[in-house]
Amino acid sequence: MKFSARWLRQWLPVEVPIEQLCAQLTNAGLEVDGVEDAAPAFSGVVVAEVRAVRRHPNANKLSVCEVDGGGERVAVVCGAPNVRTDMRTALATVGARLPGGAVRAATVRGVASRGMLCSAAELGLGADHAGVIDLDSVLFERMARSCEPGANLRAALHLDDVCVNLDLTPNRGDCLSIRGLAREVALLNDVAAVAPPWQETVPIRIRSDAVFPVSLDNGRACPRYLGRVIEDVDLSRPTPLWLRERLRRSGLRSIDPAVDVTNYVLLELGQPMHAFDRDRLDHAVFVRDAAPGETLTLLDGRELRFEEDAAAGAPPLLIADARGPLALAGVMGGARSAVTPKTRNLFLECAFFAPPAVAAAVRRFGLRTDASHRYERGVDFALPVDAVERATRLLVDITGGRAGPVSAVESAAHLPRRVPLRLRKARLDALVGEELPADRVERILARLELAPAASGDGAARVWTVTPPSHRFDLAIEEDLVEEVLRVHGYNAVASRLPPAALPLGRLSAEELAQARLADLLVDLGYREAVTYSFVAPDTMAALAPGATPLRVRNPVSSDHAVMRANLLPGLLDALGNNLARQARRVRLFEIGQCFTPDADGADAGGVAHHVMCGGVLFGRREEHSWAQTAAATDFFDAKGDVERVLALGGRTAVFEPADDPVLHPGQAAVVRIGADHVGRVGRLHPRLEAALALPAGVFVFELRADAVLALRPRRHGTVSRQPSVRRDFALVLAQDVPAARLEAVARRALGEVLAGFELFDLYTGQGIAAEEKSVAVGLTLQHPSRTLAATDIDQFLRRVLDAFARELGARLR
Amino acid sequence: MDEAGARPAAAASTDATAPIERDCLLAVAAAADHRALEAVRVRYFGRKGEITALLKGLGQVPADQRPVAGARVNALKQRLQEAVNARGAALRAEELEQTLAAQAVDVTLPGRSRPGGSLHPVTQTFRRIADIFVAAGYEVVSGPEIEDDYHNFEALNIAADHPARAMHDTLYLDNGMLLRTHTSPVQIRVMEKRPPPIRVICPGRVYRKDDMDASHSPMFHQVEGLVVDEGIAFADLKGTVVEFVQRFFERDLAVRFRPSYFPFTEPSAEVDVQCVHCAGAGCRACGHSGWTEVMGCGMVHPNVLRMVDVDTERFTGFAFGFGVDRFATLFFAIDDMRLLFENDLRFLAQFS
Repeated sequence: MKFSARWLRQWLPVEVPIEQLCAQLTNAGLEVDGVEDAAPAFSGVVVAEVRAVRRHPNANKLSVCEVDGGGERVAVVCGAPNVRTDMRTALATVGARLPGGAVRAATVRGVASRGMLCSAAELGLGADHAGVIDLDSVLFERMARSCEPGANLRAALHLDDVCVNLDLTPNRGDCLSIRGLAREVALLNDVAAVAPPWQETVPIRIRSDAVFPVSLDNGRACPRYLGRVIEDVDLSRPTPLWLRERLRRSGLRSIDPAVDVTNYVLLELGQPMHAFDRDRLDHAVFVRDAAPGETLTLLDGRELRFEEDAAAGAPPLLIADARGPLALAGVMGGARSAVTPKTRNLFLECAFFAPPAVAAAVRRFGLRTDASHRYERGVDFALPVDAVERATRLLVDITGGRAGPVSAVESAAHLPRRVPLRLRKARLDALVGEELPADRVERILARLELAPAASGDGAARVWTVTPPSHRFDLAIEEDLVEEVLRVHGYNAVASRLPPAALPLGRLSAEELAQARLADLLVDLGYREAVTYSFVAPDTMAALAPGATPLRVRNPVSSDHAVMRANLLPGLLDALGNNLARQARRVRLFEIGQCFTPDADGADAGGVAHHVMCGGVLFGRREEHSWAQTAAATDFFDAKGDVERVLALGGRTAVFEPADDPVLHPGQAAVVRIGADHVGRVGRLHPRLEAALALPAGVFVFELRADAVLALRPRRHGTVSRQPSVRRDFALVLAQDVPAARLEAVARRALGEVLAGFELFDLYTGQGIAAEEKSVAVGLTLQHPSRTLAATDIDQFLRRVLDAFARELGARLR
Repeated sequence: MDEAGARPAAAASTDATAPIERDCLLAVAAAADHRALEAVRVRYFGRKGEITALLKGLGQVPADQRPVAGARVNALKQRLQEAVNARGAALRAEELEQTLAAQAVDVTLPGRSRPGGSLHPVTQTFRRIADIFVAAGYEVVSGPEIEDDYHNFEALNIAADHPARAMHDTLYLDNGMLLRTHTSPVQIRVMEKRPPPIRVICPGRVYRKDDMDASHSPMFHQVEGLVVDEGIAFADLKGTVVEFVQRFFERDLAVRFRPSYFPFTEPSAEVDVQCVHCAGAGCRACGHSGWTEVMGCGMVHPNVLRMVDVDTERFTGFAFGFGVDRFATLFFAIDDMRLLFENDLRFLAQFS
């Protein structure tokens, strides 16, 4: 909400400097977002009267005006089509500084011109540059007291004003008007609010008996509807400048007198209104629900079609006539009944629509207007009676016309009820944390127009209050606590710390473990990434083929339209971006939630959440350095890091060749702990590397954080004091025998005697048949309780070599 | 033997030993390495060495002269041996020096190590936050990022037609679930599970349908705090927030509370902190106001407590919520929030 400080001051009984006003509003919960000048800086511009207009001798579109700027008359060449004799306008005298530059004496096509007549746009007062500014219409209302020729224009138009931008919370719909703000500022300064400055001008005289029938069919959505016909208006007359200026300083454009006046009343009183062309209404106005299949073309050209929609709740409320929909109630009028410059007779609507009805329409059609903004938050339901009079007064004054009687229909049962509330002194003090003086509390309640009635004494004091019709946010005792506290001042309350009678705080086991996991990966050289949880559907499909992703119904963009089922899209995207920025070695990881549909998980709405830990590796194994090899990262770098991560949980994980469509078929492993698949590691499938425009040699891993970090309880085991012996063998076996099987076989064959197993060489090539490989293993034998004799050792070695031969076809090289 | 025998009588005489001593000292001095020195040693002290011969020749010296001659020869032997040993030590020292010189490295070359990585600034910020609250007795709890309408809105006193829903431009899934717009639903999940006293913080990702710009992102991070107990008042909320803010920024920044509106708290407040860049003087970063808005908070709304069956007459509580990204950008002086989600290694490396 943007308002002119000067306009507000006219409603205030106290003089409050602007800085103080802003501080008061902000500290009372009406946040001032900014303050701007009502007009740009300019000087040397005066009110002037045009005494004579002659055609320029050498130019068709120019005229030479004789202008009275308060001193001697000057000749000014002017190109505006609207300039006319006896008109009052703005003269920038020679030497004036305008937003666009300085004004100098000039000769225009052979005629001397001493100054410039200005349009509104040239003075920075709006967009109107079609003609010079017309000050005649200023000449009523208080704005133009000093509008004689020679008067400083800034003073005449009160341009040394500021516009204040307020960021209002949704509970304070009552402050979406000058009157509401005035009430609030009076409260904050502990003075009584004043009556409207124009009060004596209403009610107005009824000069017509024209009425238009209104039928109220949905009293719940519209408890009160006031209508009035105004006959014989002339909408071709201009809206006076003072009114246009107030609209402009509130951020609204001037359209025509009918729209301008309804907007003005909306700003001044907070009452949304609508003006229909009476002669385009058929028979009667019906305030009713939309029927399926009906359509409505709105003022902005948008076409609405009302269909039965069970999910959207009740049908939208319409203003209609015998022919069909006229307006979406409380939101926007329709094109069919819109006023035009030719409109002769108006039908003025001034209603109270119930907040839920308007909120539902706003949500359903995505339409937000100044009217719906106020109705959604709650408009004072007692206000229409005053507002319709105020609007009529302005319309009649500006456009002529004769006002008919107000016809009011209402459903009293559906008007908001203001039930009495209790505020207990003890509860107030308990919630605040200190004692507030009872008389101060009572005074605040009275200023809030809550009409407090007190009973009881001391801590037992209780006030019974009734909220006024303009407040929609006072329903429970705590609401009153906030009201009292915010007027008293949040910052006036002393701070204290809650008593520490609780057990020591702690990170959950999960948080601890995740922190440990992150720290380990950092120590292993990875940088942590944070990538978006919503990703591009095609990327997700490529990186989780066959899976159905969870789709976002209203994504921020089509590239963020599905929820990630795993971490690969984000990590690979980050890799790609870094490579594009010339990174050559990349180690990134991320820990975060991933999501998959889960038909069984009814509790979580059919969504399974998995906390995953993923990483991507690319480039050299080591940083490029004089001391390191230039070898490229390979599968075993990724696997080695995964092994370090798995070691955190202390549980035995098994790597098995994986059939994973995302990974290279020959360099992919699934990670298993017991029967659970807890992750995978491998090279990205070359097909995907190409599809994602990544270079060859991208390695990834992904682990379920919960499974990895479900820590095995650690128990102390005995350490054998017996001497150990180590024996190394070179074995030749078929290429396709997984190396991991050697250890498994050795363990089975030797049991507890095998104290250590080391696979320390792998060789293929010369001397080894093409389909075979040579593997060097070192076995450390140690008996838990006795020294192994040479014969024992021989026997164990024979046993294990036999097992290698029998189970794996391995022989000594 | 011939040579040794040729001068037996002379062995004891000064005339005979002086040239030996002179020759030997010259040879020792001339020995350029251990081999040459060893040759000198053999020549004088070996079985057939000259000094050995002199010692052997003493037997033939008349008995009356023998003690004098013996003493002289032994003294000579000792002198020359010392000379040989000294030369040996010198040679060893020289060699060691050469070896050391040969083993010298350029200590200015970079060391051979695996470079460390780094935690994301958001994670680092979260850890700072958690450290402060955990020390004050808070527990850290997390919750699902895909939420239902009940936990994200309804249980927090935000009915379907509530205008506050417009404050949260919500992202919905096809299946009717939504991406949580704040971490507040975790409050509900905690209170559903256990009775007061409660003292928790809930960190996590949250989502809004916002376009990305320097200060907005459709995904960001929040920390929600909740304290419910007997006798908890607005004054406790103020104290907690002020203490946290000052500890986090390690400065006694001024803190201001402004009335605000959240459906799930009443009274509600926005918290402004004295701008960390200009210390309240007013600068571009704070819009020349001297204040930076950092969090929303308030006393837990009785409707929220009733939703989870907490006795509102006995228990009261406060809740607060704030953007971790906001604190991160303030703390690390990051001027564009987008940097947090670009994962540029050059950016991340600054947080090593």
